[in-house]
Amino acid sequence: MSSTEVRRARIMALTSGKGGVGKTFLSANLAAALARRGKKVLVLDADLGLANLDVVLNLHPKITLHDVFTGKCHLEDAILPAPGGFSVLLAGSGLVEYSRLTPEVREQLQRIIDTLAPRFDHILLDTGAGISDVVLYAVSLADDVLVLATPEPTSMTDAYATIKVLATQQQRRAIRLVVNQVGRIGEGKVIRNQLQLVVDKFVVPMLPEGGAAPALELIGEVPLDPAVREAVQKRQLLVEMLPGSAAAQAVEAIAAKIAP
Amino acid sequence: MGRVRLPNPPDFAGCPAARLDRIPAPFAQLPFVHPQTEPASTEDAAVLRLAPAMQLLAQSGRELPDRRSVTPVVWMQAVIDALCELSSRDPLTGLANRRQFETALASEIDRVARAGEPALVLMIDIDHFKKVNDTHGHSAGDLVLKGVAQALHDCIRPMDTVARFGGEEFAMILPNCPPSFGSTVAERVRMKVQNRAVAISPGQQVHVTVSIGGAFAPQWVRSSAPLWIERADQQLYRAKAEGRNRACLEQPTVSLVSAEEKGLLFGTSQFAELE
Repeated sequence: MSSTEVRRARIMALTSGKGGVGKTFLSANLAAALARRGKKVLVLDADLGLANLDVVLNLHPKITLHDVFTGKCHLEDAILPAPGGFSVLLAGSGLVEYSRLTPEVREQLQRIIDTLAPRFDHILLDTGAGISDVVLYAVSLADDVLVLATPEPTSMTDAYATIKVLATQQQRRAIRLVVNQVGRIGEGKVIRNQLQLVVDKFVVPMLPEGGAAPALELIGEVPLDPAVREAVQKRQLLVEMLPGSAAAQAVEAIAAKIAP
Repeated sequence: MGRVRLPNPPDFAGCPAARLDRIPAPFAQLPFVHPQTEPASTEDAAVLRLAPAMQLLAQSGRELPDRRSVTPVVWMQAVIDALCELSSRDPLTGLANRRQFETALASEIDRVARAGEPALVLMIDIDHFKKVNDTHGHSAGDLVLKGVAQALHDCIRPMDTVARFGGEEFAMILPNCPPSFGSTVAERVRMKVQNRAVAISPGQQVHVTVSIGGAFAPQWVRSSAPLWIERADQQLYRAKAEGRNRACLEQPTVSLVSAEEKGLLFGTSQFAELE
């Protein structure tokens, strides 16, 4: 990057369809892993109204996005340093009324991202569960999208539904996939292939004439690892508390792929 | 209870009741507790002005334990419980009032958002209620409201909430009600009201019908109370517009994944490679 070039963060949305597959866990640990690679990272809790990031990171925010939206505070004051050497912007549970996407919320989110993008290398958008309009909008603001799934059938189905919506409504042609809680090495690849198979057969015909097939890129599989539970219970970052664990190594590997 | 602690309390220790007349007017309304002394519960209770509360409770027919047979704290708790109960009920129908409904709705929203469980809200409005009032008088109208309230109450499970939302409009919260059951539930409510005769005077009965609008909570998504009610209300308008005495439910978004897609997703032998 030349000195005259304006830095603009690469924005990646993390989404999952089904809740409870480890999305916030991955956002926090991936951010820490990227920070360890010397990157300036911001995690924006776009899970409006269902903020869990503060719980995972053991933060007790006094100022949240809600206060920024309502004009009570400056954006600067709402950006918190998180353990792990990255920054977070938390939604706070006061954001319940924004769970529907009004033009105002849309504009506010866009403005916040535009303001912050020049200051970071990576912005991770931790989106809510489900395929609500707010989630889709958050994803639409991102350069890259990462879908998180587990080998569980409901999670795979919801991940597929998410991929389908992203491909048909947002014309996404590249979608990153991380499979969490895999029982054995290679399970992530099987799931990726299986999802791609169904996408090619059912989603591609739905695309406009000549629309290229969305490509699923498996950028990591995180093994089912008791270390994860241990870190979550202690409300610590896995990559800091147990960096040698298999799951932490897997997260580091994902960070290496995102920021080589 | 609203105990007042003054930053610089005058020295009334030991004689709160006797000296109350010397306390400036605003504070004389409230029980006074000296910060340095243990709360003297008997004396505190003695200085409370409970007449309006007692009158309200007597009027509502709520019974309190005999004041002499229980400790003052137990008795006060019974008074508070009775007042809370009173403030959460609609006086005419005995159903939950709007305040209680909103509390219940807020906790349901929390539950649905995190647990991803289905839930249904029904808005129920009596058809042509004005005609009942105009034809038979307002006391007949009140009896109809009570009759409908009873019919609605007979339809619900213990976990459900049924409330008088305002005027001739009622509302129901049905936790854990899957979309496939929604129309059956709403239809049962409609039939229950339709089949119930309300006696408005000796030998005179009226039948009323209701229009019902329903909306499900979007699973995994946190809604807000006004939005959820508004969505159910829109369905209620639809039911009215389509001729009343019917139930209209918002169609939940159908599963985005078809059986064929699921079949391909899980049906092939690719997973066998792992074995």
